[in-house]
Amino acid sequence: MRLWQFHGGVHLDGHKELSSQVPIAQANLPKFLIFPLLQHIGEPTEPIVHVGDKVLKGQIVAHCFGSDCSLMISAPIHASSSGTVVAIELRPVPHPSQLTAICIVIETDGQDVWTELNAIPDYTSLSPAAVREHIAHAGIVGLGGAGFPSHVKLRPQDIDTLVINGAECEPYITCDDRLMQECPQDILEGAQILRHTLGGTKRCIIAVEDNKPSAFQALSQVAQSTSVEVVKVPTLYPTGGERQLIKVLTGKEVGRAQFPASIGVVVHNVETTRAVFRAVTQGRPLVSRVVTVTGNGVDCPQNLEVLLGTPMREVLAQCGRKSDIEQLIMGGGMMGYALPRDDLPMIKTTNCLIASGPGELRVPPPLLPCIRCNACAQVCPIHLLPQQLYWHCKAKDFKRAQAYHLFDCIDCGCCAYVCPSHIPLVSYYRYAKAEIRASEREHKKAEQAQQRHEFRLFRVEREKKERAERHKQRAKGVDSG
Amino acid sequence: MWIVIGTLGGLSLFFGLLLGYAATRFKVEGNPIVEQINTILPQMQCGKCSWPGCRPYAEAIIRGEAEINQCAPGGETAMLAIAHLLDREPKPLNAEDQVVADTKLLAVIDESVCIGCTKCIQACPVDAILGAPKFMHTVIAQECTGCDLCVAPCPVVCIKMVPVPLSLTTWKWPYPNSG
Ligand code: SF4
Ligand code: SF4
Repeated sequence: MRLWQFHGGVHLDGHKELSSQVPIAQANLPKFLIFPLLQHIGEPTEPIVHVGDKVLKGQIVAHCFGSDCSLMISAPIHASSSGTVVAIELRPVPHPSQLTAICIVIETDGQDVWTELNAIPDYTSLSPAAVREHIAHAGIVGLGGAGFPSHVKLRPQDIDTLVINGAECEPYITCDDRLMQECPQDILEGAQILRHTLGGTKRCIIAVEDNKPSAFQALSQVAQSTSVEVVKVPTLYPTGGERQLIKVLTGKEVGRAQFPASIGVVVHNVETTRAVFRAVTQGRPLVSRVVTVTGNGVDCPQNLEVLLGTPMREVLAQCGRKSDIEQLIMGGGMMGYALPRDDLPMIKTTNCLIASGPGELRVPPPLLPCIRCNACAQVCPIHLLPQQLYWHCKAKDFKRAQAYHLFDCIDCGCCAYVCPSHIPLVSYYRYAKAEIRASEREHKKAEQAQQRHEFRLFRVEREKKERAERHKQRAKGVDSG
Repeated sequence: MWIVIGTLGGLSLFFGLLLGYAATRFKVEGNPIVEQINTILPQMQCGKCSWPGCRPYAEAIIRGEAEINQCAPGGETAMLAIAHLLDREPKPLNAEDQVVADTKLLAVIDESVCIGCTKCIQACPVDAILGAPKFMHTVIAQECTGCDLCVAPCPVVCIKMVPVPLSLTTWKWPYPNSG
């Protein structure tokens, strides 16, 4: 199969061998499970249980407004084990803001009893819409790390290519690699289900980076007699980016401000695909995921199937936590962010935890001024001009930054990685994007306030007139009477 | 439940229509630049710029009677946007105003103390306070702009401005502190 190349990209040290050699193990059942209400991109959920309620594994504990997530960009949250709801309160959550958010806390009873599960024995007999609703109900979101509710990406019409993303291009992460090696059949069947849900796509491609030969082998074997193509793509960061992968596989560019669906392509991650398989064939909602626990800060780096809501501390302990962890990072080596504490819960988007040992991670060397070398532009996979973006974001000139397509930036970090002056370029872009989004929100609020103010002026004016009118009437009455 | 939804829906429809009507009927045919500045301003009508509202301040800027950095709630963002629009040199906010800009506030009425005098309702420029004479009042949190104009008129001092806590959806990445 012919492959294409996207612009730029960088070759990175994978650090994958740390965790990629050991089979996926089951993480222990913790005493307490913590479920933040927002674990995906979109609308937060609302608790539908109360403190003191008994819950079963797989039972929905927080639902979208109106209890129908299939119509919204949102996904319900399920208890990942049986037990009792002991608190619904503010708890620190894994988020770059380091803020607290409302969480449902469940004390587990050790029985791990499932609620009644609704499997679909023959999904082909159901309409795509019905399968999609089932997937929405199972709380499945993009497990590659982005956390976009999956059912929303199954809605579009006229899709001819379904891509299953097994590129896994970020350093340190190996959960998809292990999953592809150990459960290729599940992934393959999940892909067929997704295909059906999209109305039967012509093509289905599973893409694997060529640094994962065993995964490629395993998938190729099970896909042999099917129409699913398993494709090896060159290892280059960020091949796993949706747009980059589409370019590599089809040669097509997704236009600015467009979604892949507009050119007939939909991309889902391999673990998401497995979650769909489990949800449909076993009726099992998203209650666990595979997480890479790695870095020199643990004795046995490995992949664990972790119940969502498990505190990170327990998982680290199970992997032989060392005393000299320097930093705890959630996500991969490029796009992950540091966490301030280890009692945070594992959420749907936790694909990797890096516990770094002394000197393991690059400490940013002292900052130097930009020398206008343009190295950043050469590696930007989106063809942006990172240097221009940097100047405008730094000067808070958001209009110009937007004119240079700030919002197309995918935060991949290639530019900052190659910058010889060690400028934290992505931090500037994130800052600017957040400011622009906030000011749009405020602008909307201001417009409403203005309308209300003008209406008030109108009302006050009207009341004054009415009062004057009444006075006149009364005066007339007195005159004539 | 349905009655509540019906009533609220009906009410919002009614007010929507009324607002729409007011918007066309009272459309201000003003100076387009004043209009543009006005859309940059946060529409709190708080008077912190020392003008009696956002549009009067916008007009004062154009008449050359006001500086571009007087809107504290709008903060640096509004100042820069105005500077950009008028092609003027940016002028930093004074430190006090910067603090105002950085903390979003919300009025909260202590309902156990409120005597239902309606003074705050008369002061609120955006009709964000609900209540009738002799009944306690409440602030519609979503509509409150945090202007604090209702605080001073209250004879029993039962209105407090409280900071709106940051949430995961309103948090912003900070300005990088180096480079
Ligand atoms: S790589 Fe760094 S130094 Fe070179 S142009 Fe880009 S920002 Fe400037
Ligand atoms: S972080 Fe943004 S600007 Fe930098 S290389 Fe990636 S897409 Fe381009």
